[in-house]
Amino acid sequence: MFQYIIRRLLQTIPVIIGVTIIVFLLMHLIPGDAAQVIVGEGVPQEQVDQIRENLGLNEPIPVQYFNYIGGLLQGDLGDSIRSSRPITDEIFTSRFWITMELAVYSTILAVFLGLTAGIISAVKRNSAADVGIMIIALFGLSMPNFWLGLILIQYFAVDLGWFRPSGWGTWSQNVLPVITLGTGGAAIIARMTRSSMLEVIGQDYIRTARAKGVRERVVIYRHALKNAMIPVITVIGLEFGGFLGGAVLTETVFAVNGMGRYVIDSIRARDFPVVQGTVLVLSLMFVFVNLLVDISYRYFNKRIDLN
Amino acid sequence: MNEILPETRGTSFAPSTNRHGRWRSFYNRLSKNKAALVGGYLVVLCVITAIIGPYLTQYDPAKVDYSIRLLKPSAEHWFGTDHNGRDIFTRIIHGMPLTLSVGFFSVLVGAVFGIILGVFSGYYGGKWDAVIMRVVDVMLAFPGILLALAIVSVLGKSLVMVVIAVGIFSVPTFARIVRGSTLAVRKLEYIDAMRALGASDRRIIFKHILPNISSPIIVQATLRIAIAILTASGLSFLGLGAQPPTPEWGAMLNDGRNYMQEHPHIALIPGIAIVVVVLAFNLFGDGLRDALDPKANK
Repeated sequence: MFQYIIRRLLQTIPVIIGVTIIVFLLMHLIPGDAAQVIVGEGVPQEQVDQIRENLGLNEPIPVQYFNYIGGLLQGDLGDSIRSSRPITDEIFTSRFWITMELAVYSTILAVFLGLTAGIISAVKRNSAADVGIMIIALFGLSMPNFWLGLILIQYFAVDLGWFRPSGWGTWSQNVLPVITLGTGGAAIIARMTRSSMLEVIGQDYIRTARAKGVRERVVIYRHALKNAMIPVITVIGLEFGGFLGGAVLTETVFAVNGMGRYVIDSIRARDFPVVQGTVLVLSLMFVFVNLLVDISYRYFNKRIDLN
Repeated sequence: MNEILPETRGTSFAPSTNRHGRWRSFYNRLSKNKAALVGGYLVVLCVITAIIGPYLTQYDPAKVDYSIRLLKPSAEHWFGTDHNGRDIFTRIIHGMPLTLSVGFFSVLVGAVFGIILGVFSGYYGGKWDAVIMRVVDVMLAFPGILLALAIVSVLGKSLVMVVIAVGIFSVPTFARIVRGSTLAVRKLEYIDAMRALGASDRRIIFKHILPNISSPIIVQATLRIAIAILTASGLSFLGLGAQPPTPEWGAMLNDGRNYMQEHPHIALIPGIAIVVVVLAFNLFGDGLRDALDPKANK
C-alpha cells in the first residue's frame, strides 16, 4: 500500500509539470502582442512596454518558464494587472475556500441523491419508481445548470422568498447554488450506480448468496452495494472536478465571489495572469482529489491491480 | 484511474464477416428500445428543423423593433418577443443549425485527433503510448469546462473558437476510449495472423482495427455531442462564445437574465430548446450503446 502511494505520487509529478506548461503557454497563445492585447488599444507605447517588462515577456520563453516555476515553488502566482495585488493573496484570502465549499457541498448532495436514487432504481428494476428516476436523471443530465440556477432564483428566492438570490456564506445563500451545481452530478451518479448495481446483482456469487438463504436486504447492502461502488467512486472523483469547473457558471449566476467568478471577471478585463493563476490552482486541486480517490480506491479494493 | 470506463465495458470485438446481418441485428435491437427510437426521431427532427426551418420562418431573427418588445407568447409571435422586439420563435429556429453545427464539428475535431492519438497509442504501445497517455492525463487534469474556457479566453470570443476549444476538450476522452478498444482488438489472434501473412500496419489499422472499434466511437461521439452543446452554450452564456446579435441559445439565455421577473419566457425558452436537443442526443446515444453493445445493461 505504502509503495503504491509513493508510486502514485511520482506519477502525479509529470502531470503537474504538464499542467504548468499548458497554463504558462496560455499567455503565449494570445494572437499578436500579448502586452498590447492586455492594455488595449490607444494606450501610450511606454505603458505597453512597462506591462511587457513586468510580465517578463522580453525574456526567451524557456527562461520565462523557469522564472514562472521558480515563482510557483515559492507560492507566487504573479500579480493581478487590475489590482496590482499578488494573485496568491487574492485567491487564498477567501475565494479558494468559497469555491471549495461550493464543490464539496455539491459533491455531498450529488452523492447522497445519486446513490439513493441509483440503488432504488436497481433494486426495483423496471418499476414505476425506476422509470421515473431514470427519466428525471436524464433531464438532470441534459439541463444547462446555469438555466436551472436562473429558474431556482426566480421561483424560490424572488417569488417565494425562501432563500437569498445571491452571495455565499449563510445557509439561505448556499442552498440554491449547491442544488444548481449538484443536480447534474447526482444524475450521473444515479445512472452509474444503477448500471453498476445491476451488473453486480447478475453475478454468480449474488445468486449463491441468495441460494444460501441470505436475506435480500443483506444481499443488496452487504454484498452487491460494496462491489457496485467500485466504478461509482471513480465517477464521484471526476464529478468533483466537474463541479470545480462548473463553479464558473454557478458562481456567475449567483454572484458568488469564488474562483469561478474571478476567472470570468479576469477574462473580461484581460487580466491574463489571474486567469492563469486560477486555472492552475483549480487544476492542481483536481489532480490532488483524483490522487486521493485512486488511493482510497486501492484501499477499499485490494484485489484490483491498478498498475 | 479510470481503468473501468463504462463506455468500453464489455463491448464485443468479434470480427464481422456478415456486414448486413450485423446491421440488421443492430437495427432490430435499436428499434426494440423505445427511448432510443424517441431519441433518434428527435435528433432527425432537429436536423430537419436546422436545414429547412430558417426558410420557413416569417420574421428576421436580427430585426430590432422596439414597438413590439417584450411581448408575451401569442398566435402572431409563438414564443413572444425579446427586449429588442425580435421574434423568439424565429431566433430559436435560426439557432438550431448553429447549435447542431457547434456540437457536430467540435466532436469531429475531438474524435479525429482522439482517434489518431488513441490508435497510435494502443497499436504501437511502448514509448509512444507512455508519452501520449501522459499528455492525455495532463489534458484531463483541467476540471470540466475550464480547459475550453482558458482556450477561448486567449484565442478570442467567437463561435469558431468555441468549436476549437470544445473540440480540444473532447480529445482526451476519445483518445482513452480508442486506445482501450485498439488494445483489445490488437490482441485478437486474427490480427496476429494478418501480420504473419505480411499485412502492413496501415492496412491492419484501416481495414481491421478501425472498423472493429467503430461501435464505441459512434456511441461516444453521440453522447459527446450532448456534452459539447451544453459546454458551448455555457461559454456563450458567459459572453465568450457567439456575439450579439447571433441567435445562439446560450447567448439568448444570457440576454433574458435581466427580464426574469416580468418576462421569464425570454430566458426560459432558449433553455428548453437546449434541454430538448441535448436530451435527444443523450437518449439516442444511450440507445445506440445498448444496441451496439448487447452485453451491457442486461
